[in-house]
Amino acid sequence: MQHTLSILVENKPGVLSRIAGLFSGRGFNIESLSVAETLDATISRMTIVTRGNDQILEQIIKQLNKLVNVIKVIDFVNGDFVNREMALIKVTVADENRSELLNIVDIFRGKVVDVGPDAYVVEVTGDGGKLDAIINLCKPMGIKEVARTGKVAMMRGTKQKG
Amino acid sequence: MKQFCVNIESKAQRYERGKSLRLKGSQILLETLVKEGVDVIFGYPGGAVIDIYHELPNYPIRHVLVRHEQAAVHAADGYARSSGRIGVALVTSGPGATNTVTGIATAYMDSIPIVILTGQVPTMLIGNDAFQEADIVGITRPCTKHNYLVKDIVELAQVIREAFYIARTGRPGPVLIDLPKDVMNSFCEYDFPETIHLRGYNPTVKGHVGQIKRAVTEILNAEKPVLLGGGGVISSNGAEEFRFIAQKFKIPVATTLMGLGSFSENDDLSLGMLGMHGTYPANMSITNCDLLISVGARFDDRVTGKLDEFASLAKIIHIDIDPTSISKNVKVDIPIVGDVKTTLKQMTEILKKEDKGKEGKKKRKEWLDQIAEWKITYPLSYVQKNVIKPQFVVEKISELTKGEAIVTTEVGQNQMWTAQYYKFTRPRTLLTSGGLGTMGYGFPAAIGAQIAFPDRLVIDIAGDGSIQMNIQEMATAVQHGLPIKIAILNNGYLGMVRQWQELFYDRRYSQTHMNTAPDFIKLAEAYGAVGLRAVKPDEVVPLIQKALSTPRLVIMDFVVEPEECVYPMVPSGSPINKMLLV
Repeated sequence: MQHTLSILVENKPGVLSRIAGLFSGRGFNIESLSVAETLDATISRMTIVTRGNDQILEQIIKQLNKLVNVIKVIDFVNGDFVNREMALIKVTVADENRSELLNIVDIFRGKVVDVGPDAYVVEVTGDGGKLDAIINLCKPMGIKEVARTGKVAMMRGTKQKG
Repeated sequence: MKQFCVNIESKAQRYERGKSLRLKGSQILLETLVKEGVDVIFGYPGGAVIDIYHELPNYPIRHVLVRHEQAAVHAADGYARSSGRIGVALVTSGPGATNTVTGIATAYMDSIPIVILTGQVPTMLIGNDAFQEADIVGITRPCTKHNYLVKDIVELAQVIREAFYIARTGRPGPVLIDLPKDVMNSFCEYDFPETIHLRGYNPTVKGHVGQIKRAVTEILNAEKPVLLGGGGVISSNGAEEFRFIAQKFKIPVATTLMGLGSFSENDDLSLGMLGMHGTYPANMSITNCDLLISVGARFDDRVTGKLDEFASLAKIIHIDIDPTSISKNVKVDIPIVGDVKTTLKQMTEILKKEDKGKEGKKKRKEWLDQIAEWKITYPLSYVQKNVIKPQFVVEKISELTKGEAIVTTEVGQNQMWTAQYYKFTRPRTLLTSGGLGTMGYGFPAAIGAQIAFPDRLVIDIAGDGSIQMNIQEMATAVQHGLPIKIAILNNGYLGMVRQWQELFYDRRYSQTHMNTAPDFIKLAEAYGAVGLRAVKPDEVVPLIQKALSTPRLVIMDFVVEPEECVYPMVPSGSPINKMLLV
């Protein structure tokens, strides 16, 4: 089962390597990962998407908590949370598909962020399924490149989990 | 820049120096070590640590010069295991640092509190493939509890304090500090940090009262309970509390390899060690019990055998300071996270209150009778003929030292025979590489133990293979006048691998016959030690007596039965009640 973990860590050199090393050393899987500072610049938030049964997830969370630089681990498995990814998609454009592409971008509430003579760069945000969908729709037009971020997540409402 | 002249200071002045002093990095390091209570360092100098070695003579710290950096870490580890204090090793950058890795991994697997100080090239050169540069923080990340690279002298004192705090609290473990040369020879205001604040580190010490109450109910109701003592009983100094519960409530005790010494093997309730080479009564008790109370043990595969059938009839209570140890291998019914000593104290209080009718004891008579019968039917045994049996040697060492020596072992058959035939009576008397299984551990660990306890008897029980993995430390022991006794069970084989080849690999003794070994008597003499040899069974006791009465480093070379096997043995992956007996 897929789990989204939000990990608050001390913003110190080598922390990413400790976490990545823990996953590889113990045979756990990282499906996606994103890291950035929080409001407090001494703390970073890592969002890791991983997969495993209950026992494996229990171990992952316990092992993460055991790292000295890890302050808090939140498992977003079945909570009420928002999650988003972003993708930049470079699509080949020709006269016959230009308006179709702009339509699709509009429907997906994306943006064209760069316009070239034969390619547009499209920016879209959403959950993984939405990004897969727009990528599939763009494929027939010809995709030159895709860059996707890892997932970031947050609890809904006023509830604050760290 | 004002240079502080330490040479003309008295010790008292040095401590009174107080705050706001400009000190060199190397001085800050040593000052802080002294304040942490360090009085001995095991180490080996090199280019990147010259500044530290230059200042070392000015501080009240003894330095033990080893002959290989691996041994420095094992010695610090042996010092820590035997004394309960933190062991410290100091080595140079590059190869000095990489040589410590086996020692660090050994300490990590067995949860031993040590601090390893490694030199590093100047910060300017880090990442530059400089001479004797190694990314030791990167290399040791997976085998330390935590590690640090000190890039700024301002952080130095704080980092050292954190390192010692992390090493000894929670589940103890090795912490490494990498010290670039320029940090060691630059200056900074020295201010001893009184407080430590680690946002992400806060080990649970006290056990959850509700869980302890549930555990107590199970203990009082159980008809066939067994206590399992692991290394955590020893490292938390909880042996007294552990013994009290066992004796007061008449619960038989099995121990893991790391737990040997947590409960006296002279006690009737002792079942000895369990697991792959465990005793028949220990393994049978675990298999048949209705309640298993595991205390500071982590259910290693060598302990459990086939997991599905391990204590499958029992409810399991698991006390451990490390939450990751709980329900990692064996699913437990009542997990209790906490320090063993603290938790057992809490448990004892509740047990005393709840145990009014003392019914628990009565119901257990049948169980204790059954165990007594197992002990009689299948005791540990061997047959001695014209050749010395290794078990006989260990048994005699145990008798002649009354089970009170500090015993270190190497790894393999020598280790298992020691675990089986040496009757440990006190905690911190068996120093052995349980988790990592490091050959070459025992002798340097014995050096560390003998430094910690100059007046106690320290014996390394070794094989002819593993003693050669750190034999160079003979020079260290002689240099420091350490009267360690080394007993080599010399069978001319890498015995444990040979045993597996005999039992499971069609007797193909591929590369396990070590038919060329040094003459250990001459070797001992070459190092300025004493060498003795026994070939016949009746020579064993007089030889041990002679060694024990020689106040010098002694090698006892026992020429033993070459193809003796360690029994009982549970083949890898089998349930632990399916033992191969003799």
